[in-house]
Order: sequence, then structure tokens, then C-alpha cells
Amino acid sequence: MSTLEIKNLHVSVETEDGEKEILRGVDLTINSGEVHAIMGPNGSGKSTLAYSIAGHPKYQITEGEVLLDGEDILELSVDERARAGLFLAMQYPVEVPGVSVANFLRTAKTAVDGEAPKLRTWVKDVNAALERVTLDPSFAQRSVNEGFSGGEKKRHEIAQLELLNPKFAVLDETDSGLDIDALRVVSDGVNRYTAQGDRGVLLITHYTRILNYIKPDYVHVFVAGRLAESGGQELAEQLEAEGYDKYVKAAAAL
Amino acid sequence: MTATVDNFSSALELEHVESHLHPEPSYDVEAHPKPTGLEEIWRFTPLKRLRGLLDGPVSEAKLKLAEELPEGASLSTISREEAKALGGIAPLDRLAALAVENAPDAMLLNIDGELDAPVRLNWSGEAADQIVWGHTVVKLAPFAKATVLLDHIGSATYGSTVTYLVGDGAQLTVISLADWEDDAVHAVQNGVSVGRDAQVRFFEFTLGGDLVRSSTNVDYRGTGGSAELFGVYFADAGQHLEHRQFVDHTAPKTRSNVVYKGALQGQDAHTVWIGNVLIRKVAEGIETFEQNDNLVLTDGAKADSVPNLEIETGEIAGAGHASTTGRFDDEHLFYLQSRGIEETEARRLVVHGFFNDIIRRIGVADLQERLTSAIEDELATVVGRLES
Repeated sequence: MSTLEIKNLHVSVETEDGEKEILRGVDLTINSGEVHAIMGPNGSGKSTLAYSIAGHPKYQITEGEVLLDGEDILELSVDERARAGLFLAMQYPVEVPGVSVANFLRTAKTAVDGEAPKLRTWVKDVNAALERVTLDPSFAQRSVNEGFSGGEKKRHEIAQLELLNPKFAVLDETDSGLDIDALRVVSDGVNRYTAQGDRGVLLITHYTRILNYIKPDYVHVFVAGRLAESGGQELAEQLEAEGYDKYVKAAAAL
Repeated sequence: MTATVDNFSSALELEHVESHLHPEPSYDVEAHPKPTGLEEIWRFTPLKRLRGLLDGPVSEAKLKLAEELPEGASLSTISREEAKALGGIAPLDRLAALAVENAPDAMLLNIDGELDAPVRLNWSGEAADQIVWGHTVVKLAPFAKATVLLDHIGSATYGSTVTYLVGDGAQLTVISLADWEDDAVHAVQNGVSVGRDAQVRFFEFTLGGDLVRSSTNVDYRGTGGSAELFGVYFADAGQHLEHRQFVDHTAPKTRSNVVYKGALQGQDAHTVWIGNVLIRKVAEGIETFEQNDNLVLTDGAKADSVPNLEIETGEIAGAGHASTTGRFDDEHLFYLQSRGIEETEARRLVVHGFFNDIIRRIGVADLQERLTSAIEDELATVVGRLES
């Protein structure tokens, strides 16, 4: 049993007009075995939360802590956080020219496990993971994300999720830009991952559509840099019907 | 082939085009006065470090040569005048003219038919202070197909001219390796004449040497020819590595693609890339692109990168150029690190990926391995100490 605790997290970014606070005190605890959906309007800071947890250098943590099984991961480098068991599926996965998917996956797996994967089974595992997200095994020989379509990049993220099998996965708008078939493929991948029973997911999304395929245990409304309300699946249904207006107005009135 | 070349040239009246970037070609040394260093084609080169080569000191010395010649390839010694009579691009700068003038004789590599193994010319120099002049002609018969590897190791102060005459419909891959010791000086002009429908892929890998100045010039002796020029260079502290290309689109429906990639590390590592493409009036329907990317790994290094495009006809299929010089892309590193890969390992992957784009195209397995491990060696000296 693992726990990812976000406590009073404040995050700023440098802008042309000086420092701007994006996250304004986020509190959230995710236990293994739980799926938390964070929903919010554009510009509410959802992605900032995802990248701050992963350790992107652009985001300055000004207050608060993020604990993984009691250890403050904000002290760790990006790669140390990943090796501690965190994974971020990115909204816009980065293209890395000249580095093959096969080489990248093997290097990542070796880093995360602390030992090289067994050669005999590894190639099979990679091919199987690619096939499960309907990517042809030939993708293993291509440069990481280079020339992939938007949907292929997202499916590649999910293949990595399955191969690296972290304790906690943060999925940053993995559903955006996907057609219904790709959305199903991606959701199936996430559901296989959570079906292990002891993994935690923070699912960040703008739309309720993906919640038809991935059933969250908790739904949080995220507005103006903090959680505005938390509930169960019924909250998602309410958002579907009413939108974010009420929360945006309430936040503006503060 | 010579006859066709003459007819072609006179029929189309390929007159000299005024441009400060490509002086009039001539075998006459006097036509290329000794530069002051202010001339456009010399202003990036530290002339003092050429060790007096520009004075044209006489020397009978040669590089040691070990060759591998598959069936269909033959190597012979010819006179300077015989070499000139074969045709091709005449010297465009003083060093190229001096190399032809001062080389004791010329070497002719003749290739006929489709070779089933690469030709290897492995040159080695004995001492940095030994002046050597070299003149080589590589001639492919029509429809011949070959890969030619020119390897340079050891040390010398070397001025050379290499002329490539690629017959109609022939396919030539050249891989020229400057893997010199750190005290070598090498100035070379490669002149590549592409026959009708011929295809040339020209690779340069410049890793060693105190100063390397390589000028690669291309012209087309018929329609439909294609030339791809690829370069990889890696400059360490104090090294000056300069690559200049001049692609002269002298015929319609021809194609050129230039991609040079370099990395720099250490104090006063200096690289220069000057790309120039001339699209003549006659060269309708051509397609060209030139690109140079530089990865600056440490402080104190300097990359100059100047793409040029001179267009005399608008009736073309496409023309463009791009140049980038920068440090590591933080987003590349973040993505790799977010998958658990340590920062130094992530940097290694990014640099290998950067060069792999070119190395993978060579198609000579042992050479690809050698280059990959050479880059690994270069990186080993610095990557662990890189600032973030």
C-alpha cells in the first residue's frame, strides 16, 4: 500500500510580467488502488499540477510538499521521482530525434528497475505492449514520438505506463485529441494498469467523456489553482450537465 | 564522358556568376592571391594556424596509403596534366590550386561496374610538421555503383584536392573521415561533378585535427542528377573545424540536400559551417535544401553557421535552408528523465540521437560502429561535467 500526498502545494511560474502564482494551495491524497479524476476549465492549473509533481524545471514550488510514502519527492530530481515510482503521461509527448523507441524503453526500464530487463522476454514484452495499444511493432525502430500522430503519441505513453508499471500515474489530458477508437484503446490500457489493484491514478481531464471508460473513485473540481469541490462519480455527471460556470464565478468572487 | 561534358558546357554557356562566395575556378595559383584573412571565403579561418600552407612550400612527402580495392576498382598514378585533362571542378581557392600544383603526382581511382564491397583508401600521416600535398581523382564510369571510404589518421600538415567525376546514371557514396590526431592541419577541396541522372551521397565526419577546412563543391553535368551532402563534426577545446559547401545547380531538374550536424565542447572549440546554393537561370525545376544544426555542450565554444541561397530563376520545385545553434533542449531531457533516465544518460541519448540521424544513413556497419564509439569517447570527456 502506497500513498501520494499533496499538501498545501503552491506553485509559480516566471512570466514577462514577473512571477505568477498558478497553484494556490492544493491538498489531495491518493492511495494505491484509487483512481482520482481532476476536472477543470482551461487555465485552471491542472497541467501545472501534473508537471510540478513530475518536477519540470519551469515550475517553482513556493510552498507545500508532495510526499510519496512519507518521503518528500520535491527534494528529488525528475529521474529520481520516476525511479521512486511516479509516471507522467504527457499531454504533448516530446519528440526525441534519433533515439529509437526500443532503445528509449530499454534504457528507461533499466533505470526504473535498477537492472537491465531480460533480453529474451523484453522484446516480446515491448511488442506485446505496443500491440495492446494498437501500435505496430515497427514503431520500436522509430525515433521517440517523431512523426507520430497525436493519437499515436498518446498510445505510446500508455504503452510506457504498462511497461514501466509505476506506483502512481499522473495522466495529463491523455484523452484530449483522441477519436473514440483511440480513446477506448487508451482507456483499456489504463484499466489494465489499475486492475492490478495496487496502483494509483491521477486522471486530469477537461471532458467527462473519458469517464465513460475509466471509472474514478473520486472526482475533484479544479478551479483557479485549487480544488473547489470533491465527490464521487455523481459530481462528474453534475459537471456534464452544468459545466464549470458556478465554480468559476465562485472563485472569481473570492 | 568528357565529350558530353564539353558539349553540355558550351551549349548552355555556363558563365561565371559574380559572387563573393565562389571565386572563379582556376588551376592557376596566381589567380588565387594570398588571402589577408578579410576575404569572405577566408574570414572565418585562422590563417596563422595553416602553418604556412598558403605560401605553398614545396614538398615531395606523401601520406602512407593502405588500400582495399574490390573488383571493378583500380588505382593508378597519373601526372598532374593528365589529372587536369580528366575535367571536373577546378580549384576555387588558393589551397586547392596549390595542392594540384605541388602534389608530386596525382592518384586516379577508376571505378567501372557495380562494386560489391566498399573501396577503402586509408591514409595516415607521420608528423604534424610534415607538409604534404595530395591530388586525387575518383572517376565512375556511367552506371557504375560504388562506396568509397577515405580515411585519414595520424598527423600531417596536409593540403589536398579531390575531384569526383560521376558518370551518367552512376551511384556514388563517399565517406570521408578526418580522424586525425589533435595536432594535424588539413585543408581540402572536394569537387563533385554529377552526371545526368547520377546520384551522389557524400558524407564527411570530422573529429580530429587542430584545424580542418573542408570545401565541398558540387556541379551537375546533366539533368536529373542528385547530390546529398551530409556532415558530422565534433569540436573539442581549441579545435577549428570548418565546412563549406557550394552546390552549383548548373542543370535543370537536379536535386541537392545538405545536412551538417555538429557538437562543440571546451574552451575555444570553434566550428564554421558555410552553406551556399546557386540556382542558375538554366536550372529550372530543381529542388534544394540545406541545413546545419549545432549543439553547444559547454561554455567557451563558438559555432558560426551561415546558410546562403542565390536564386537566378524562380522556376524551381523547392528551395530552402535552416540553421540552428543551441544548447540541450530542456524538454528532451525532461521527457527522458521523467522516465527514470539519469540526466547524464539522457544527455548521452540526446547527443547520439542528434548524430544518429546521419550516421544511420551510411550503410557500412563497421564504420557506423566506429563513429558511434568515437562520439561516445568525445562525450566521455565532458558529459558528466555538463552544466544543466
